[in-house]
Amino acid sequence: MPSAPAGTLYRGREGMWSWVAHRVTGVLIFFFLLVHILDTALVRVSPEAYNAVIGTYQTPIMGLGEAGLVAAIVFHAFNGIRIILVDFWVKGPKYQRVMLWVVIGLFVVTMAGFLPRHLMHVFGGN
Amino acid sequence: MSSAPAIADPRDSYKRQKSTRSNFELYGWVFMRGSGVVLLVLIFGHLFVNLMVGDGVNAIDFAFVGGKWASPFWQIWDLLMLWLGMMHGTNGVRTIINDYAERPLVRMWLKIALYTAFVATTVLGTLVIFTFEPCPAGAPADLVASFCS
Repeated sequence: MPSAPAGTLYRGREGMWSWVAHRVTGVLIFFFLLVHILDTALVRVSPEAYNAVIGTYQTPIMGLGEAGLVAAIVFHAFNGIRIILVDFWVKGPKYQRVMLWVVIGLFVVTMAGFLPRHLMHVFGGN
Repeated sequence: MSSAPAIADPRDSYKRQKSTRSNFELYGWVFMRGSGVVLLVLIFGHLFVNLMVGDGVNAIDFAFVGGKWASPFWQIWDLLMLWLGMMHGTNGVRTIINDYAERPLVRMWLKIALYTAFVATTVLGTLVIFTFEPCPAGAPADLVASFCS
């Protein structure tokens, strides 16, 4: 398969970068999902085995990882709605740029609701 | 004279060549959008209940899982999340492999690895949800849900 000549396929700006971010967050979430199914499966081994592994999710470093994971999920979810609107809403393609800024706005609001509470759980002892 | 090639009757209606391509990619495209909306609700609910309510991530242990899966509501919730999430994610990664892996053998092996991971984790997860034993015999009472004792 010949590669596309430079400067024609990738147009940059909001359209391309949201597409890149959607792919990157999607892959990240998928690999976490694989790990998360395996760690949850430890409930079939023993309460001790499950608690030992889930206990590592409650450490500061993993707590920061969870914040990043939730950020990836929130972006992927809201940008996914944007993609659906671009595909099915007549004015979607016209407003795709504005909608990305709406996605970013909703992302900031959602994370502002989640982060303080989660970081309090992770770093505040309880 | 040997037989000349047959010429179609001019009044015969035109027969469109039937496409040999399937609609698989169309259904995949529709599935990504449909499952995406459902997954948004399922995963946001999952994150809210497990990370926001009460003590958040610190409250998650074996007893917490036992309490949740005692209810068919959360069993079905998690089962749907497992199946839709794995299908949505596998189809997404399949698209990425198709886009970036150009050598046929590399594409084949990446997809074999992907589909193996899909089957293994989805089957494992389904079995775990349906065969989960919240009160294993001999487990210390402080590690299991309160309804065990």
